[in-house]
Amino acid sequence: MKKIYYREWGIESPRYWGLLAVMSVILAVAGFAVLHMEHEGHWVTGMNNEIVWGLPHVFAIFLIVAASGALNVAALGSVFGKHIYKSLGRLSGLLAMTLLIGGLLILVLDLGQPSRLIVAMTTYNFKSIFAWNIYLYVGFLVIVGAYLFTMMERKAQRFYKGVGLLAFVWRLILTTGTGSIFGFLVARQGYDAALLAPMFIIMSFAYGLAIYLLVLMFTFNSEGRALGDKILGRLKSLLGIFVSAILYFVLVYHLTNLYGTENHEYEAFILLNGGVYTATFWVGWVLLGMLVPMAILFHPALGNSRGGIVAASLLVILGGLAAMYVIVIGGQAFPMPIFPDKIILESGFHDGVAGAPLYYSPSLPELLLGIGGVTVALTVTLVAVRMLKFLPASLADEVVDPHHG
Amino acid sequence: MSEKIDQNRREFVSVASKAAAASVVAPGVMLHSIANAGPRSEPVTDAVRYGLLIDTTKCADGCSDCVSACHKENGLDLLEKPDGASDEDWARQRPVWIRTVKVKDRLSGHVSSLPLMCQHCENPPCVDVCPTGASFRRADGIALVDRHTCIGCRYCMMACPYKARSFIHENIKVKLTAVPRGKGCVESCTLCVHRRDFGIASTACADACEHDAILFGDLNDPNSGISKALQERNHTQLRADLKLNTGVRYRGI
Repeated sequence: MKKIYYREWGIESPRYWGLLAVMSVILAVAGFAVLHMEHEGHWVTGMNNEIVWGLPHVFAIFLIVAASGALNVAALGSVFGKHIYKSLGRLSGLLAMTLLIGGLLILVLDLGQPSRLIVAMTTYNFKSIFAWNIYLYVGFLVIVGAYLFTMMERKAQRFYKGVGLLAFVWRLILTTGTGSIFGFLVARQGYDAALLAPMFIIMSFAYGLAIYLLVLMFTFNSEGRALGDKILGRLKSLLGIFVSAILYFVLVYHLTNLYGTENHEYEAFILLNGGVYTATFWVGWVLLGMLVPMAILFHPALGNSRGGIVAASLLVILGGLAAMYVIVIGGQAFPMPIFPDKIILESGFHDGVAGAPLYYSPSLPELLLGIGGVTVALTVTLVAVRMLKFLPASLADEVVDPHHG
Repeated sequence: MSEKIDQNRREFVSVASKAAAASVVAPGVMLHSIANAGPRSEPVTDAVRYGLLIDTTKCADGCSDCVSACHKENGLDLLEKPDGASDEDWARQRPVWIRTVKVKDRLSGHVSSLPLMCQHCENPPCVDVCPTGASFRRADGIALVDRHTCIGCRYCMMACPYKARSFIHENIKVKLTAVPRGKGCVESCTLCVHRRDFGIASTACADACEHDAILFGDLNDPNSGISKALQERNHTQLRADLKLNTGVRYRGI
């Protein structure tokens, strides 16, 4: 088999350092926001006793879900034996680690007591899926690190397939665990659904691949490295299929909910009269996040144009954030059915008077924390591809698939 | 040179050193005896299960005596809105352990009022989901948060079917020694557990209710007031379909 060559990211120094400078500024601003939140307390955010998880969690869960999905490309090359993807494996493993680190950082910095992280790492209640997730996330970083080692160190290459299989299985368990954070909650009408775990898995496929595509195209195009249509065509078709699968899961979730009368008020809230949550669902998640990207990716001309692929990937990411907003925040905003056969007239603790949704307004510190996590992931990625041989030297058609005409 | 020993000086040093030694040791002896004269020293057992029975037919519309009493007993009235926070935000971010809710029946239109607090479930979802085990259920049935281990992730608040818990969103300036709290931890009704540990068998809300709507007692004792009341007439759990076997029961809804 033809040898694959890898090369460090070679854009000119001024551009590289300029990029890092911009990201450092973003990180500094985000850092100040975090210090402000930690010093003053969460009263400076829009989160309250009714909506306890807000914008930071939207970003964090999106990043964590995308992280496990980003590893899929490497899995295609190793676990599924598709040699055409083999050269993409290193960037895939790197992105999986950096996106996860970004997401975890947001979660830890949002804790009420972030200095007690050591307590969280040493004291466990193993009935909690959160406790399991701590092991799953840390284990993921270790295993993907080992996976990268088998890809990059010649003497370790004989372990490549075995570690690859372990990484693939581990990431499925990890994303199942992330979906189960919500799926296990009996309290809230929008959660308590076994479907959420596999839905998160299928979402991870799409979001991870969309981010992978954008990072690949950005690093290659900015340097003028050859990126042929063959490999891009395969990746974009995969993205289209994954987004279609998300649409299927969303349909099944809502159609099933709509069948039972007990869920009608919740479904009306998400689909009809939930204000910002309804708008985010239809415009953000369904239209821009799924239907428009599918139309672009399956269109014979648009789907094969670079601009089309970039637009579709960006929209998929936007749709992912919208999905997390509807799930995480919309799911909390709908009042719990504590008195199902009664209407609440008054409450001393905002229990959803007359069925009104609970109030949340995202604040600047939360947005900065979320953006900070994304920036950490991107910064570490760009530094890593600059310093080590993560990117294949060429993805031109002849290099990727020499046997086809 | 005089070799006469200064007896006065020796006596002074002797008396002074004895006084100093006594004044160092005495406070410790005093505090030690106070400590030993204090609260329970045996572990809690499940021989007792504490609970509440709320009679909503007796709960008066517009009355919030139980809420005021709870806030005073547990130091919640000591908390102030942070400088720069709006009143609306503070109303949503301040901790609340017990609240009154007014509901109207969808069929009959009948209106009732009732107090709502942590239901002290036998199988609490908040305990299931806590990653560090800070949220726990004591052997005598009280659901509590260990503020040393709570990392403030708020997953228990997501999981609670009664929205009973509160997160401390601001720096705490004044707190009661019986009910310590700090920024960044989660808390909820403790059935006045600090009273329990000093042998006082009541809660602030039950004591304050002038309409006898709240009854506190030992659910495991068939002769307790609450057990007899539960046997007399019908009662329900809130969200009974979740099968949490709550320690707080309601009559009249």
